[in-house]
Amino acid sequence: MADYTLRVRRFDPEQTSGPYWQEFAVELEPHRSVLDAILTAKEELDGSLGIRCSCRAAICGSCGVRVNGRPALACNTHLRDATDAGPAADGSTATVTVEPMGNMPVLKDLIVDMDAVHWKKIHRVTPWLLNRRPVPEREYVVPHEDMVDVTQTMACIQCGACVSDCLSMEVDPEFVGPAAAAKAYRFVGDPRDAEQRQRLRDLAEDPHGIYDCTHCFMCIDACPKGVAPMSQIMRLRRISGSDHQIVDRNNGERHEEAFTTLVRDYGLLHEAELLPRSYGGNSWFGKFHPAAGLELVDSLPSIARAVARRKVKPTQALRGHRLARRDLDAVHAIFERVEGDARRHELNLYLSGVEEEAPAP
Amino acid sequence: MPAHDVLIIGAGLAGQRAALAAAQAGASVAIVSKVHPVRSHSVAAAGGINAALNPGDSWESHAFDTVKGSDYLGDQDAIEIMCRAAPDEILWLEHAGVTFHRDEAGRLGTRAFGGASAARTYYVADITGQAILHVLYEQLMKHHERVDRFEEWFTTELVQDDGGRCCGAIARDVRSGHLDAFRAKAVVLASGGAGQVFRPTTNALICTGDGMAQAYRIGAPLMDMEMIQYHPTTLAENGFLITEGARGEGAQLFNARGERFMERYAPNKLELASRDVVCRAEQTEIDEGRGFPDGTIALDITKVPRKRTLEALREIVNIGRDFAGVDITREPIHIKPGMHYIMGGVRAGTDGRTPVPGLYAVGEVACVSVHGGNRLGANSLLDTLIFGRRAGEHAAHHAVGLPMPRIEAARLRDAQAEIDALVARVPAPGSRRISHLKRELGETMNRYVAVYRDAAGLATAHEVVRRLKEEAPRAAIDDRGAVFNQDVLAAFELGYMLDVAEAIVLAAQERRESRGAQFRVDYPRRDDAGWLHHITVSRNGQEVPRTGTEPVAITRWQPQERTY
Repeated sequence: MADYTLRVRRFDPEQTSGPYWQEFAVELEPHRSVLDAILTAKEELDGSLGIRCSCRAAICGSCGVRVNGRPALACNTHLRDATDAGPAADGSTATVTVEPMGNMPVLKDLIVDMDAVHWKKIHRVTPWLLNRRPVPEREYVVPHEDMVDVTQTMACIQCGACVSDCLSMEVDPEFVGPAAAAKAYRFVGDPRDAEQRQRLRDLAEDPHGIYDCTHCFMCIDACPKGVAPMSQIMRLRRISGSDHQIVDRNNGERHEEAFTTLVRDYGLLHEAELLPRSYGGNSWFGKFHPAAGLELVDSLPSIARAVARRKVKPTQALRGHRLARRDLDAVHAIFERVEGDARRHELNLYLSGVEEEAPAP
Repeated sequence: MPAHDVLIIGAGLAGQRAALAAAQAGASVAIVSKVHPVRSHSVAAAGGINAALNPGDSWESHAFDTVKGSDYLGDQDAIEIMCRAAPDEILWLEHAGVTFHRDEAGRLGTRAFGGASAARTYYVADITGQAILHVLYEQLMKHHERVDRFEEWFTTELVQDDGGRCCGAIARDVRSGHLDAFRAKAVVLASGGAGQVFRPTTNALICTGDGMAQAYRIGAPLMDMEMIQYHPTTLAENGFLITEGARGEGAQLFNARGERFMERYAPNKLELASRDVVCRAEQTEIDEGRGFPDGTIALDITKVPRKRTLEALREIVNIGRDFAGVDITREPIHIKPGMHYIMGGVRAGTDGRTPVPGLYAVGEVACVSVHGGNRLGANSLLDTLIFGRRAGEHAAHHAVGLPMPRIEAARLRDAQAEIDALVARVPAPGSRRISHLKRELGETMNRYVAVYRDAAGLATAHEVVRRLKEEAPRAAIDDRGAVFNQDVLAAFELGYMLDVAEAIVLAAQERRESRGAQFRVDYPRRDDAGWLHHITVSRNGQEVPRTGTEPVAITRWQPQERTY
């Protein structure tokens, strides 16, 4: 048994006092969960402490919270992992801080309004199968690998942990977000769905759609089920751009294409080329796209800041970085290897990471 | 006061399937659930769903396995209906979008499961329940104009008109504390099981027998309540489930001496005998000192190829890692029998109708009875869907010609007064907390109403339940608010659990034989002459419940000796 101080951010909407912190002393084994600690406090000390929970085993998705500032399911976060150093030897107790998830309004204590944000976004992606016709008399005959593949996104338990800490959503609350995008992939990756192209075009053309993600990886870290929402967003982009040649009005596809070709050609990003290419593709003519000029004017303050902080050197940004010949060849070799393979390799927890491992001793 | 043709209480698989079927049949539908539908406990069903869909398999074989699994207590007419309808239901699910795993040819793949004579379990890795539940919820979102969803509304009681017909329910919006009366021409109870009556249990915290108690309180009989299924593979400390799919994929059981002991108990089916058989074998090994010191048995999943485990048993890889600190692909995991499912419930016919007019019951809250004395793995998802659909359709067709019932405003006021009194309750000196009463109940039931039972233990359990029933109305309440007052819900749930527990104990005392999940050490034989019938428990308006009997429907399979 060890002593823990459970520090909970509480909020009672029926009082005018606003949110406040409350500490509960609980005694539990270190391998017990944060949910066990919350329920111990609730059952033994204060029954008014609000938390949604049900299965206790990380399958129902009810108990998404922030533990020490990071989104998690309370039920599958161990107390020993939730404290920095574990119970201190001098008898003082370790503190575990629990708060409601972010990006969603708090209803009471650790309970947030998922309908107002999470479920609204799920609705946004037409979250049901649009059957390929004709519907067969028996089952659709589809590759086993495809069903295993979409099982990764089917494994999403709608807990909201990824939504909680999505940085893009913090800046743009309209962003479709990681959970809904993963849900979208569940249909785009499903060979039984008839509207893949329409779904992709919809999410590519939406200014708050798949190109609104900034690759911050927070959702991948947050997800307790290995759904890797950001990876699904990147897959949606690849399928949209490469397989369906959808060139969106947000310049998302061209921006990504510009990134790729710049790295291929120069080995590193060429900042001055990125913006015009994002508008006009790789043609010289594109550099004079009027929108690019406007965007450039718009971006001047950011550029000035970056220069002032020495994140870029003006000469380097304008002339491009110089790589040693050998390094550049190595980059080219990577591109040749990847682009020369007819198959696209995706990371999927249901599929990957098996063969590479040595057999058990 | 919302008014609908069909009111569905509970939004797990049975409730959602009933809602979709009723809406499809043209009824106006409301579905009320105390949690968001995807949090329902159907989400935890892991291994799969049975159907004789493959050429070479037959519904008769599926039905016989089910009858035998039930220890001949299942109603064979209902079992026939379920097994005949199973293949079409699988295809309906597949077309609705369930991502069933395929075989090499791209057709629906199957895995082996306990008590089955063919591999007929369709699955999505080991998240089959989740995959189906989420797909049904997709369909509910799709049909949002035809099904009104009341998510996070807690039903407190069922309402009857003067003629005794069920005409709606009283429910509380958990988010605001607002209480309302839902009027309906037909009410479908689909509120799930009662695992929390036991501790530990594989069941979620929400499984508190609400619907069983609510129906029982308005006169509906409960049936087969003594039939509590223990699952052979649950984690010792917290009761978490390790799916039977693990054994279906080839995992084996060993005692502390390294013996594959199932060879002695079920020489043909070994680990894939019926759950009651495997549980008794494990418990005997443990009781006779051949288990591990912590009272467990070893489940060795390393017998399954690692790639297959990662692909098809992903969830238990997570559970082993997160809740037992074990990499199941590398070493055995320690397990023991744990409370998992209740075969009994509100007595219902094959259209879901209960003896109370206007009231239907489907899924785990109901007892049709397709599971009899022991449910086969992967038959519960099937039960929820088949009878959910049938009840939804029947209720919709039946409701069309009826007038919309009225619920007196006074009724709602009384219900509100009850809650107000509860919230204002001042704890008496020495009154215990709800959680303490619940814990004592759970531990008592798990001790005396478990795999092995006897008269003395059952009498003790009965005494404890009676005492807790007297104490419950004085239990302390902390929360005085309206928004998400979970204390109020816990107080209601405790009352439901105690009613259900009493019915379980009474039925277990009444059945003086051993059949299916009920093993009486003092009556160790099955006695078809004396006990081949269902036991019911009903209140009939009295405070003291009464037991009764119902015949078992036998169509084509006469009782035989049961060996695996």
